[in-house]
Parts: sequence; structure tokens; C-alpha cells
Amino acid sequence: MAAEGNAKPAKKLSLKENYALLTRGLGWEPSYEKKEDIFRYIHFEGVKIHDWDKWEDPFRLTMDAYWKYQGEKERKLYAIVDAFQQHNGQFNVTDARYVQALKVFINGITELEYDSHRGFNILAREFPGVGPRIAAQMQSLDELRHATTQIHTISQYAKYFTGMNEFPYQFDRVWYLSIPKSFFEDAVTSGPFEFIVAISFAFEYVLTNLAFMPWMSGAAFNGDMATVSFGFSAQSDEARHMTLGIEVIKFLLEQDPGNVPLVQKWIDKWFWRGYRLLSLLATMMDYMLPKRVMAWNEAWEIYYEQNGGALFADLARYGIKPPKRAPETIAEKGHVAHQMWSVFYANRDAVGFQMWLPSDEEMAWMSEKYPDTFDQYYRPRYEYWKAQEAAGTPFRNTTLPQLCQVCQWPCLFTESGDPTTLSLRESEYRGQTFHMCSDGCKDIFDDTPEKYVHAWLPVHQIYQGNCFLPGVDPTAPDFNPMVEALRYMGIKPGVDGGDFKGSADATNWEKWTSRPANIHEGAYTDAVRDTASPADVGARKAG
Amino acid sequence: MATTSTQPVFIALQANNDTLPIIEAIRQDNPQAVVHDYPAMVKIDCPGRLVIRRETVEEHLGRAFDLREIQVNMISIAGNVDESEDEFTLEWKSA
Ligand SMILES: [Fe+2]
Ligand SMILES: [Fe+2]
Repeated sequence: MAAEGNAKPAKKLSLKENYALLTRGLGWEPSYEKKEDIFRYIHFEGVKIHDWDKWEDPFRLTMDAYWKYQGEKERKLYAIVDAFQQHNGQFNVTDARYVQALKVFINGITELEYDSHRGFNILAREFPGVGPRIAAQMQSLDELRHATTQIHTISQYAKYFTGMNEFPYQFDRVWYLSIPKSFFEDAVTSGPFEFIVAISFAFEYVLTNLAFMPWMSGAAFNGDMATVSFGFSAQSDEARHMTLGIEVIKFLLEQDPGNVPLVQKWIDKWFWRGYRLLSLLATMMDYMLPKRVMAWNEAWEIYYEQNGGALFADLARYGIKPPKRAPETIAEKGHVAHQMWSVFYANRDAVGFQMWLPSDEEMAWMSEKYPDTFDQYYRPRYEYWKAQEAAGTPFRNTTLPQLCQVCQWPCLFTESGDPTTLSLRESEYRGQTFHMCSDGCKDIFDDTPEKYVHAWLPVHQIYQGNCFLPGVDPTAPDFNPMVEALRYMGIKPGVDGGDFKGSADATNWEKWTSRPANIHEGAYTDAVRDTASPADVGARKAG
Repeated sequence: MATTSTQPVFIALQANNDTLPIIEAIRQDNPQAVVHDYPAMVKIDCPGRLVIRRETVEEHLGRAFDLREIQVNMISIAGNVDESEDEFTLEWKSA
């Protein structure tokens, strides 16, 4: 414009100035409502905040830059997923056992992304500080993106394989899916500060690396370019979320010394809750990746013992100690994957993914990776079960297991330092007895029993008759509670779960790919082509 | 240097053509950095502190680079973050 023709162009703002204007600069002081009426929950937990402006967001990411980079991530990801779908990438993974891990993912993990979206929406509403509200708002959008990209990617697998088409229904009903569901619902029903310490710090900063870095790298190694792409695309947001986690901790600790014991209590609790939840990844890494990148115990050493060690050394200056139950996690690292796989195998008729016993090749790998535990405690068990399968009398549980009142896992873990004794704990509350899987879960129950007595434990509910579809008559002469409970959960017995060998997934895989459904066991069906040269085949026939 | 810590910080990046110049810049500016290759992922550990300098990335990339572009290919980090126009730093403060 002519009148302004001689004006110098405005000086370009530095990143820090730009960030300040586009975060703090967007806030305002309320004039006709009282602050405490707007931000209703921030005093509920006893946390003291004196100055919200002391909040530092190290990523200095403003909304305009956020949309730009998120848009770029989405374009990259959808291009890869499109290519994967057009080229029938679902048939290029190692074998059909790998696909069973994706069933665990879509049924048990994707819903947590959506729950996380809801949780961060609440924070974006409830925090008085503008910096953390904007960070929570971005994270809320990120988590919604994670849920949708995972659903979209895995939908391609769901067209060809069983057990992935009822995930929202199953998440609310399947007995073992109450483990992830109860974890997040526990967090989201806490106050805002406990939620952010639980999810941003204990879960995302301390624990998720260990699951998503080696597991997603394993997905790539097994040829699943779609899953590794959504996994690492989500992790690129996660790196920002982790930074929010560590900033939150520093902010709370610096604001008031009275916050230190509260934060320590939440770290102890949520480290244990998160560890129990993520142990599911231990089985996914050690048992469900046909080609493996790293064993669970190695991942625990790198991502908890080494990196968690560095983190807690850094936090020591605030008076924060490593999580109370960290020693138990180190003691269990050679056992947890094997114990979980055993329980899933024994209950395979009641799970929504298929099970198998580890092959000779896999057991040799486990002996090497777990020299102190596998041959002594777990190999004999698998060899016994293999012999039973061979004899036509396979072992199976026909009842459902005792669940922990807090983490909702079956009480399947053993005492630290005594892998032949099951770890069982109990507490009394108002004349009733409640059962826990470990000291870590008992600590949590005993601190807030009034919350955990409300836990909806699926096994209890099934046995109380609360998990049947309408119209089912438990007094009918042919009533079978297990069959009816599975119908209620949306699990098709012998289709979604059960034995891998002979399953629809294994049979279809061989029919569609001409490759073995289990790379270690050779062909199950005639559909697998003999890929030896005609001369070799001729020689073999002649011999 | 601001820290005496030798506790490991790390950054993990997707293994793709976008990150090759970033990884080269990290190697050049952080002689103690150790680069681990995994399927689809590169994890770079460094004792105490790791810095990514915009100028060094631009030298390897041959164009202007906004350090926030790292967000697109970053898988994970460990350490306290500080970011300006010129440097992206990961650091532990305690030994
Ligand atoms: Fe997420
Ligand atoms: Fe438990």
C-alpha cells in the first residue's frame, strides 16, 4: 500500500518470541467468571502451582507449524499405506503367525489411543496455563490421529484375516482386554495432574520406547511396511509427548516442595501399572514376531535400566527416586514373556488370537537369549505340552483364571527370585477380601481401596452371570456358560482364536500365498508349492 | 560445555533418505555419538549431550533447513530438550 511504501519490513521474530506470542499471547484473564469456577479440578489433588508462566515448552511448536508438520506426516503415511494395500502387502509378511500380533494391537492398543485423545481433551480444558493447554490440545489431536491411522491400516488385514472386525465391541467385553481398558480408565478418572504424570511421564516417557521402538522395528523386519509406518509416524508425535512428560515433572517439582511426595507416589504407581500393561509387548516381541530383532530382556536393559537410569539420575536433584517397584521388573525380565505365553496358550479357546507352541528354532533362540531362565523353567513345560499335542491330548484350561483386582491380569506371575511359586497377595476392605498379583499392585490397592473395589473384573462378572447376550437362559438344560460368555465377548470359538495349526488364517494363508503359515513347521496343507527345482523333486521321488 | 553428565542421551530417527544428512551432521558435530542401525530405525546414543546444528544439516542437505522438520522423522528422544533456530540439544544435567 502506498502510504506504507517506505516502511521497513517487520523484523522476523525469533522462534522463542513467535512461540510466546502464539501460546501465552492467546490467553486472557477471565472478567465475568471466577477462575476457580472455570478450572474446577486443579485443587482436587493437593498439587500447588504458584506461577503457570514458569511452564516451558521446549519444542516451541506453534499451531501453524503443528498443522504443517502433521500434514506432512499424514501425506507420507497414507502414501505408504496406499501402496501397501494396492500391492497386497498383507501377504508379504513373514507368515500368518505375525498377523496374530496385529489382532492384539487393534483389539487392545488402538482403543488406548482413543482414550488418550479423550484424556488430553480434558487437560486442554482444565489446565489454567496456556502453554500446557496448547500442548495438551496438540496431543489430543495426535492421539486421535493414531487411532484413525491404526484402524485404517489394519482394516486391510481385517479383509483377509479373522478376529479384527469387532474391535470397539470387544474392547468393552473381552476378558483380557479389560487389562488395557482398566489401565486408561484408572488414569482418566484421576485428577488432571495424576493423569498427566501417569500418561505423559510414567507411560510415555519412561515406558513406551521399550514397546514401540523394538516392536515396530520388528514389524519392519517381518515385512509389514504399513504397520511400521503408522508406528513410527505415531512415535514422531510421541517424542513431543515424552518431552511434555519430562517438562510436567520438572514444573511440578519446581513449583512447590510439597508436590514432591505426590509426584513420587504417582511415579511409583504408574510405573508399575504401565509396566504390567506393557508386559503384553514382551510376549508380542518374543513369541509373535517370527523374525526377531531383540528379546524383551534386552529391550528392558536398554530402555529401562540404561535410559531410565539416566532419567532418574537427572531427577535426583529434585529428591525424586527411581520407581519403588523397579527392582521387581528387573528380576522378572527373564520370565514375564514365557509366563504370559503359557497362560494364553492354556486359555487359547477363550482368546481372540491363535496360539502355538514355540518351534525348535525359537526355543533355541530363547535358550540363547534367556540363558538363566528358559532351559530351566520354560523349555520343559513346552516340551511336555508338545508331547501332549502329539499324543492327541493337548492341554487346555476349561475354566477362567483368577484376576488381579488392580492390573486385571490373571495372577500368573511368580515371586521375584522364586520362579516356581505363584505370587499372590490379598487385602481386606470392609470385610471383603481382594486379590492382587504382586506387591506393586497391592501397594496401589491399599493406597486407594475405595477406587479399586469398583473394578469390573470380567472373570468375576462372567461367573456371576452378567456376561450373556439377551435371551440366554442359564437354566436351560444345554446351557454352557463358557460358550455363552464367548458369544457375549464377540469371539468366534475356533475361528478367531484357538490353535493356529488348522485355523482359517493358517489354511487361507497357504492357499493365497503358497507359502507356509508357520515358517518353522513346513507346510500344513497341499497349497504350499514345492519350490525346489523339478530335477530335485524328481531325484527326491526317485530316492 | 554445559554439562558434566556422561549419562546417555539418544535420538532415534526413521532410516530413510530424509534423515541421512541429519545423521551425518550429528556424527560430525558429536564425535562421541554412537550410531546403531536397526530395521527401519537409526538410534544415536551420546554421553551427556547431543546437539543437532542447523548449519551442519544444511551443509549436508544442500538447502535451507528448519530444525522443526526433524519432527517428521523423529521416533524418540531421551534427555532434556532445548530448541532454538540454530540448535536442537538433548542433555542430562546430573552425573
Ligand atoms: Fe498415541
Ligand atoms: Fe496386578
